[in-house]
Amino acid sequence: MGIASEALKNFKGFNLKNMPEVEPLSPGHRACQGCGEVLALRLAMKALGENVVMCSATGCMEIITSPFPQTAWKVPWIHVAFENAAAVASGVESAYKAMNRKGIINQPDVVFVGYGGDGATMDIGIQALSGALERGHNFVYMCFDNEAYMNTGIQRSSGTPFGAGTTTSPPGKKSIGQSTWKKNLPAIAVAHNIPYVATATPAYPVDLMNKVKKAAMVPGPAYLHIYSPCPTGWRCGIDESVQVARLAVQSKVFPLYEVIDGQYVLSRKVAKPKPITEYFKPQRRFRHLTEADVAKIQERIDAEYEDILKKCGGDGKGKEEKE
Amino acid sequence: MAKETGIISWKKLNLGIAITEPGNASQLKTGDWRSMKPITDREKCTKCGQCYIYCPDMVYSKDAEGYFVQNYYYCKGCGICAKECPVDAITMVQEVD
Amino acid sequence: MSKRIGVEVSIAAAEAVGLCDVDVIAAYPITPQTHIVEHLSEMVAEGHLDAEFIPVESEHSAMSCCIGSSAAGARTFTSTSSQGYALMSEICFIASSMRLPIVMAVANRALSAPISIWNDHADLMYSRDSGWIQTIGENGQEVVDLLIHAFKVAEDHRVMLPVTVNLDGFTLSHVIEPIMLPDKAEVAAYLPRYKAPLRLDPKNPVSFGPVGMPDVYTEARKAQDEALKAAKPVIIEAWKEFGDKFGRYYKPVETYKAEDAETIIITMGSISETAATAIDHLREQGKKVGLVRIRLWRPFPGTELVEAIKGAKNIAVLDRVCSFNGGEISGPVCLEVKSLLFDRGMNPKVMNFIAGLGGRDVTVQNFEEMVEKASNGAAPTPYEIINVRE
Ligand SMILES: Cc1ncc(C[n+]2csc(CCOP(=O)(O)OP(=O)(O)O)c2C)c(N)n1
Ligand code: SF4
Ligand code: SF4
Ligand code: SF4
Ligand SMILES: [Mg+2]
Repeated sequence: MGIASEALKNFKGFNLKNMPEVEPLSPGHRACQGCGEVLALRLAMKALGENVVMCSATGCMEIITSPFPQTAWKVPWIHVAFENAAAVASGVESAYKAMNRKGIINQPDVVFVGYGGDGATMDIGIQALSGALERGHNFVYMCFDNEAYMNTGIQRSSGTPFGAGTTTSPPGKKSIGQSTWKKNLPAIAVAHNIPYVATATPAYPVDLMNKVKKAAMVPGPAYLHIYSPCPTGWRCGIDESVQVARLAVQSKVFPLYEVIDGQYVLSRKVAKPKPITEYFKPQRRFRHLTEADVAKIQERIDAEYEDILKKCGGDGKGKEEKE
Repeated sequence: MAKETGIISWKKLNLGIAITEPGNASQLKTGDWRSMKPITDREKCTKCGQCYIYCPDMVYSKDAEGYFVQNYYYCKGCGICAKECPVDAITMVQEVD
Repeated sequence: MSKRIGVEVSIAAAEAVGLCDVDVIAAYPITPQTHIVEHLSEMVAEGHLDAEFIPVESEHSAMSCCIGSSAAGARTFTSTSSQGYALMSEICFIASSMRLPIVMAVANRALSAPISIWNDHADLMYSRDSGWIQTIGENGQEVVDLLIHAFKVAEDHRVMLPVTVNLDGFTLSHVIEPIMLPDKAEVAAYLPRYKAPLRLDPKNPVSFGPVGMPDVYTEARKAQDEALKAAKPVIIEAWKEFGDKFGRYYKPVETYKAEDAETIIITMGSISETAATAIDHLREQGKKVGLVRIRLWRPFPGTELVEAIKGAKNIAVLDRVCSFNGGEISGPVCLEVKSLLFDRGMNPKVMNFIAGLGGRDVTVQNFEEMVEKASNGAAPTPYEIINVRE
């Protein structure tokens, strides 16, 4: 049995009926109305509980929780810079390890978490993340992927999907918008041979919380890629974050799966996939796309989904979609 | 209040301007960002908790009868709860004041 | 009991860090610093030192790990040089502003391009405004002692700032010298266990590194500025205590035959030993010349420096870096000396020499020439790069 399977042997999940009441992130935070990223963060924190140390990258989830003299954090939290949350978490984890071993402290159960946006994780911080995963620190890294640099005003990142309009990938006479395909960071995390990788989204809160909990329980590094709608940057309605996230799963744009000890497991089988046009419709960042563009993207999405299914053993043994 | 605005002497700052009052952002009223207000119809409500779990602003808590009640001090009026309620028990109504 | 051993200075530096019972070391290799962290990782591997050694993937991550570790309350060390120092610079500024008592040894090396692994003070000068306490050693013994002193000062609750101990790459880091290594119990008596005033601890949650709006940024800067000012007396006090315990006394500025000198040359680092030989030669010829060496670079020891040079008519300042300012003002150390003298209403002749770039030798004869030129008031202003082929 692999490290993760062993650690998760007796895993007891959350369910809607017995949600933990704890809110390590307090209300009063400054996120935009209807922010899907802070919703994802809130749910993750509920799953993590209070015996954690949070290491934040610069970005929306840092700015909106910490303008001095207020903090939305009820748990220990540190923000250092944009690209180094994984390295900071490595340092915290190592400090605890050394001090516990030397008898200076007796706090063996603290969970160490690094987190950042897609820019912080997939672009500028990928080196620090790769280093921390490779070194095998016992920590969780969460990427809150809202598919652009939102904090600085919706610039493209390597997480921005093909065709999406951002302020640095604007559609125009000579531009389709984002001209590159989204980087597959979960696959890059998997390539580090870490015990646990998973994708999640706040549209499926129980699934998200269970994955966060598992990531915390697994010894060694765990990586969570959390799809986090941003109504401000995606230019959808402020009441649509959850709906858009759900459509992303239902249209196969963002498949939910786990990779436990290197084995892909589908979390949610998309029985009757919706066309991506349904997913695109509420989001004005895709409004300029032509039918031909959409067809091209659909083709790619289908292929990527097939690839995930194949990795999961073909038939997608995941549960039926329903939560 | 000086404490809330951050206008304090340099001598009073913690090392590295660390904040030592956990979760004191809860002092901040975000309810005044709202133009629409969610109202729950208890007749329709099934106490399923979807509104509670999908609210990005921790607005809902469970009361003694098991209903989920809004704390309007924080509610930003995004409307996610109304959209996600499976039985359409929540209506967004225009704020009047 | 202390023991005297003949040892490479880098190895002695690592041993000194080990004596300080560090908890976490995060480091990345770069010449000429590498021997320090290699030896530390060996000490950890052999079980001589109970610490976590994090073999990071870059210096940027080294300093980031150090911040995480120090904020968690652990005694934390790293070491770097030149390009590595430049790469971590973004995070160095944050370490001091977050008031974390990290100690770093910097084996000073030139900055690229052209890439050069050899010694000068480009890295020391580029980092001078980073808010760290900065000391610079002349010899191996001093480096060992300054490292132990560094933890003592950094972790003092009246200070809470990171410290770099600078040592010249190769010319000091790689030489073998006889060095007294104190024993662990003596060091423990001087340097008690670090207790962080605030740490990342779920039992007492603190938020480190919040957003500073314009209504608090100036106050945050003021607090940090005052902290560095307040550090000087603590640095001096810790040197006094060090001297009383170990018998070796240090001060911010060192003088050599400077008391009655009409001409003084100001230097930093291990090159000062060569300068002292030149002073000896010139004194033998009856010339009233002396040497002043800056050991404490930040906080800048203005009062002590004025005291050391106040009798001189001519002052030569050696800069070990080309600071590309357009040529109408002097190099960095000289500028600071001039600013100090101007503020104190003193008006000696001040001349600036730039030498020893990227490992170029500065010989006894070079020093004799510099001091002679200064004695005659003959050096061109604002500076002269010496030893350069036309
Ligand atoms: C070294 C550095 N480069 C650039 C920035 C500016 N910056 C701050 S946050 C940010 C974008 C954050 O994007 P992402 O990581 O996706 O997080 P989001 O705000 O979208 O949640 C950028 C470009 C910075 N703070 N530091
Ligand atoms: S810009 Fe987007 S991600 Fe950032 S706080 Fe606003 S809604 Fe959330
Ligand atoms: S989502 Fe609707 S039905 Fe469910 S608890 Fe909330 S108001 Fe009641
Ligand atoms: S409107 Fe938005 S902020 Fe208000 S309770 Fe509903 S989900 Fe929460
Ligand atoms: Mg983003």
